[in-house]
Amino acid sequence: MMGSVVDIPLWGAIVVAFFLLIGASLTLIGAIGFLRLPTFYERIHAPTLGTSWGIGGIMLASMIYFTLSSERLVIHEILIGIFVTVTTPVTLMLLARAALHRDRAENDDSVPGKFRNDRES
Amino acid sequence: MLPYPLLTVSLILMWMLLGGFTPGQFILGTLVAVFASWAMASLRPDKPKIRKWHLLPKLVAIVFLDIIRSNIAVAKVLIFGRSKTGRAGFLSIPLEIEDRTALAVLAIILTSTPGSAWLEYDQHDKTVLLHVLDLLDEDEWIGLVKNRYEKLLMEIFA
Amino acid sequence: MSAIIIFTAVSLAQLMIGAAMAIAAVRMFRGPRAQDRIIGLDALYINAMLLLVTFGIGTGRVVYFEAALVIGMLGFVSTVALAKFLMRGEVIE
Repeated sequence: MMGSVVDIPLWGAIVVAFFLLIGASLTLIGAIGFLRLPTFYERIHAPTLGTSWGIGGIMLASMIYFTLSSERLVIHEILIGIFVTVTTPVTLMLLARAALHRDRAENDDSVPGKFRNDRES
Repeated sequence: MLPYPLLTVSLILMWMLLGGFTPGQFILGTLVAVFASWAMASLRPDKPKIRKWHLLPKLVAIVFLDIIRSNIAVAKVLIFGRSKTGRAGFLSIPLEIEDRTALAVLAIILTSTPGSAWLEYDQHDKTVLLHVLDLLDEDEWIGLVKNRYEKLLMEIFA
Repeated sequence: MSAIIIFTAVSLAQLMIGAAMAIAAVRMFRGPRAQDRIIGLDALYINAMLLLVTFGIGTGRVVYFEAALVIGMLGFVSTVALAKFLMRGEVIE
């Protein structure tokens, strides 16, 4: 695999490595929190580390690397970034609402009850 | 002719990002985007009304900085544990904005910022239920959402 | 020199993302409840996407990007369908 790495300027390599490691370590920290946090509602915060700067850092690294190695502007990775930024809130919100619904159905006291008008209707 | 100009332009941009910036791809992408926006028009979604375009870069900059800041804060919490007074908790905030697009943007901002998650919005009471990972001071969070984001969003989507 | 830096960084990043995937899989198997498993799956596919992008940097090929995009889209749809299933008990109403 090492032979296929195209030579790019040293400063570029350092910048790429920096963003790659930032992204990957934030993803790992998010995953560790994902394992350690005790309740579901705390756990939904952990993956957002990976989906904000985890993906942002790796995306930037990929954009810089391909732009330098092919000597033209390569920015299509930004599509992944936009896509993930827009879809993560949707999935998390749906999951959180499903969890709230299930916890309320079991009369779990640790979650806040439904808003008033829901109960009336 | 073009019911959703913003959608059409972003579809063309996406097409050319994937296929390459050549005249041929531009023509093909424009065709696809125009037909797609016609198809979208038959679904009749609400049109977003953006009043003040010049405030959008400000919003993007604020959100970008906040995401970096809260990434560091949440990473600290996950590695070293919470500060003694901090705890995770639910928080319900009354909102003034009613525009659907503005609400969607606010939901995206709050959820993609680590440390806070948007759980559900009640249309009748106009309140939102948030979950915050490191809740030190409730009023501080309410002030943050209301002053930092909601004011700006209300100006943009008047 | 720059090839060595990139190679090391890519390998380290792949190790870290691989560990993150393993943790997400552990959460997926341990649960304890259905929503925990689904959020584990969600984290798993996002990490798989990141891993593919780093593969792209390591090999210098662009094909991995498209695979990553497809994984992202399918993962999003499946998570939404599963969350909907939890909420209502059926996917299509």
